[in-house]
Amino acid sequence: MTSSTAPDTANDGPMLAADGRTLKSSLNRALRRSKLRALMLIAPLLIFVLLTFIAPIADMLFRSVENQIVSDTLPRTTQALADWDAGGDALPEDSTYRELYRDIFLAKERKLHTRLGSRLNYELTGVSSLFRKSGRKVEDMGEVYQDQFEDLDGFWKQGENWNALMGDADWLAAQNAWDDKSDTAQPQFVASGAVSTLLPLTAEMFTLYADFVQNEDEDNLAKEDPWALIYSALHQDLTSGAGVASYAGPGAAELQAAAAAAGDFETVVFREAFEDVDEDWGSLDVWQTLKVYSPNFTSGYFLNSIDMQKTIDGPEMRDDNEQIYLKLFMRTLFMSLVITGSCILLGYPVGYMLANLPAKTANLLMILVLLPFWTSLLVRTSAWKVMLQQQGVVNDTLVWLGVVADDSRLALINNQTGTIIAMTHILLPFMILPLYSVMKTIPPSYTRAAKSLGATNWTAFWRVYFPQSVPGIGAGSILVFILSIGYYITPEIVGGTTGTFISNRIAYHISSSLNWGLAAALGAILLAVVLGLYWAYDRIVGIDNVKLGG
Amino acid sequence: MDNASDEAFVAFERVQKSYDGENLVVKDLNLSLPKGEFLTMLGPSGSGKTTCLMMLAGFETATHGDILLDGKSINNIPPHKRGIGMVFQNYALFPHMTVAENLSFPLEVRGMGKSEREEKVKRALDMVQMGDFGGRRPAQLSGGQQQRIALSRALVFEPELVLMDEPLGALDKQLRETLQFEITNLAHELGITTVYVTHDQTEALTMSDRVAVFDDGRIQQLAPPDKLYEEPENSFVAQFIGENNTLEGVIKEINNDVALVELDGGAVIDAKPINVTTVGERTRVSIRPERVEYNKDRLSADAHTLKAEVLEFIYMGDIFRTRLRVAGKDDFVIKTRNAPDQTRLKPGEQIEIGWLPQDCRALDA
Repeated sequence: MTSSTAPDTANDGPMLAADGRTLKSSLNRALRRSKLRALMLIAPLLIFVLLTFIAPIADMLFRSVENQIVSDTLPRTTQALADWDAGGDALPEDSTYRELYRDIFLAKERKLHTRLGSRLNYELTGVSSLFRKSGRKVEDMGEVYQDQFEDLDGFWKQGENWNALMGDADWLAAQNAWDDKSDTAQPQFVASGAVSTLLPLTAEMFTLYADFVQNEDEDNLAKEDPWALIYSALHQDLTSGAGVASYAGPGAAELQAAAAAAGDFETVVFREAFEDVDEDWGSLDVWQTLKVYSPNFTSGYFLNSIDMQKTIDGPEMRDDNEQIYLKLFMRTLFMSLVITGSCILLGYPVGYMLANLPAKTANLLMILVLLPFWTSLLVRTSAWKVMLQQQGVVNDTLVWLGVVADDSRLALINNQTGTIIAMTHILLPFMILPLYSVMKTIPPSYTRAAKSLGATNWTAFWRVYFPQSVPGIGAGSILVFILSIGYYITPEIVGGTTGTFISNRIAYHISSSLNWGLAAALGAILLAVVLGLYWAYDRIVGIDNVKLGG
Repeated sequence: MDNASDEAFVAFERVQKSYDGENLVVKDLNLSLPKGEFLTMLGPSGSGKTTCLMMLAGFETATHGDILLDGKSINNIPPHKRGIGMVFQNYALFPHMTVAENLSFPLEVRGMGKSEREEKVKRALDMVQMGDFGGRRPAQLSGGQQQRIALSRALVFEPELVLMDEPLGALDKQLRETLQFEITNLAHELGITTVYVTHDQTEALTMSDRVAVFDDGRIQQLAPPDKLYEEPENSFVAQFIGENNTLEGVIKEINNDVALVELDGGAVIDAKPINVTTVGERTRVSIRPERVEYNKDRLSADAHTLKAEVLEFIYMGDIFRTRLRVAGKDDFVIKTRNAPDQTRLKPGEQIEIGWLPQDCRALDA
């Protein structure tokens, strides 16, 4: 070997490039530029798809398990319910009702209670009106305390007294000096440290109130009077043995007088108050539903999607007369299979003919196949409505031919038959095109060879031609099946009640019942079914065997 | 040829074929071949040779005339009942079947039992030295291997007649030569009658018992390879087969199988009249490059010679190829063997060339 022999091949280590780096890293460096360029080329589409397609889908799918609305709107109640034995016969304790009072009071101020009502109404009918009614009455429930405090001393009527009592001295000075006509921001409420330790619940409620007034209503806190809610909190603090005697800040005298009197105040039993509003608050169902849907994430939507319900004892099948989705899923799968099957039966001969005609004729006929593609889907479906109805073209022709009697015209629309006929027609091109492009690549010499070897026309077709056209059938079937399983417009228009798909139900929940969680769960299941079938198809047939041509 | 040739195994009788009803692709074809013959149909594309093969196989129907197989007309017999083996240009091996399944297919459709099938498939694969490849798919084989499989598939059901449609067209030169040899050997060993279509004249010459040269829907000449090469019967065959020098002129005189031809440049040469009969007729004289002689000692004393100027000398190893200007044409080529005593001509040299009268054929213009 001469010294000019380049890279050292005797070396046992990794192959080295001329500059001494390993060949692999050298190659990676060389390829990085072209990879980067490729990425930049697809970047606009990638970003567009991510923003407008992937992200919204992910968001929708997330809704199928999301359930934060309950714990966000009723944080105290859900916490109190954690210890409640939902399986027993006893209603929650009165303290839980008191937390419910606070939660609903706050929710009502923020106008969130009706949304929660609608959400829970999906799980238990009547909850929506229960929450709306409770929201209207919740103001009055705690007024007993407010009245008694105010009767005891006019001091408690005034918002500024409350501000002085509850607020930090520095903040109070700033708040009183603030001019609400000016452009400067209102000084944010700061609770007084002493009172916060002395009256924790009152301080918490007052802080919420102050925050609401300052930031949501954007009113001047100095000019507002506090909510009834705060009086009940104060009563609770005072009666649970707050050491007000040592307090010496603003309003100390009034506070000590109130503490002395509070023990003799008339009290409210919140449970009775709620039951007065609506007797449903005394029913276990409502509380069990609340408890079951307390967690931030729930499987409830998915269980609903498969005709189950989430109960306190775990998932249960719904009653037979309430089951709907499983039947719809099965119907969707079955009808998609029938549509795929009819597309194969109708499309195969057409594809075969197109592939074996001279190019000129084939191109002309191909236009006829593609023609429906250039017509609006809605127009085609509406045309089927005209064709298939009882007084429609098809029935008229059949009656004229004497195939059916005039008084027993066929029901071809607003049922499964209508959906199958219309969708087979609409999806047929998706079967013919892949079939055609696969068949186009099968040279006629194969069939000739088979015949020269002694095969009859049928044997030559079945043993030699057909197996080679299977990839086309596979591609067409996947296309048609997946398209039809999620089809919406056509079943909506011609399907009536028995010919609708699961997608029609999803659309209903998205646009009419506004139960997006359930719609998302149904959609997620549909997506999973399609992916599952795709996976199964890949295992059985092999996705490499699917050809769209070439 | 022996007596067997009297009984034609395959015969075309006045066969015509038209696709569009206006033009004849095959015009009045008459051809018969005896059992065991290897016949090649040779011709440029569009000459009608493949159409003839397809009519014989049954994939095209003759517009007029009869095609006889073993004495019986097969015009109305569908292809699968003709029992003719066929090898296609692109092999046409069924891609979804293994090699063994491909070979087994013709036996299966004939209802043969499994063990018999396996035995025959094995024998057919061994015959083409592909015994170990039974389990492979066609796509896993090289072109030459696929061609061998296609050949053994066409033979596995023991047909008496095998048709081959440019079977070696897609292979490289070396492989083609090996397979040419294998195919002829196999055909002769098995005693099968073969009709072979090609546009490659070397292939036709090396493989065939007889070659039918097609042009314009007719057989221009049907003869064994040596006769075809040495004694072309018309200008087309002379041009199409091998390399050829042509000189144009007018017949001056014909006597005793020798014609005097006055070339367009004025020179006069001797030639053998083939399909020219009358004095004054225009003719095309054809001489093979290797039959041209420029060493005067080797020419007869009374031979007519022509003046020539050397334009180019190409050394090709076994032979020298020299391009000359003769009678005003500068594409006249001569080939000489690279022998120790052979002179090497230089461009610009003036020489005199001549040939034996029988090597110079006066053909139609």
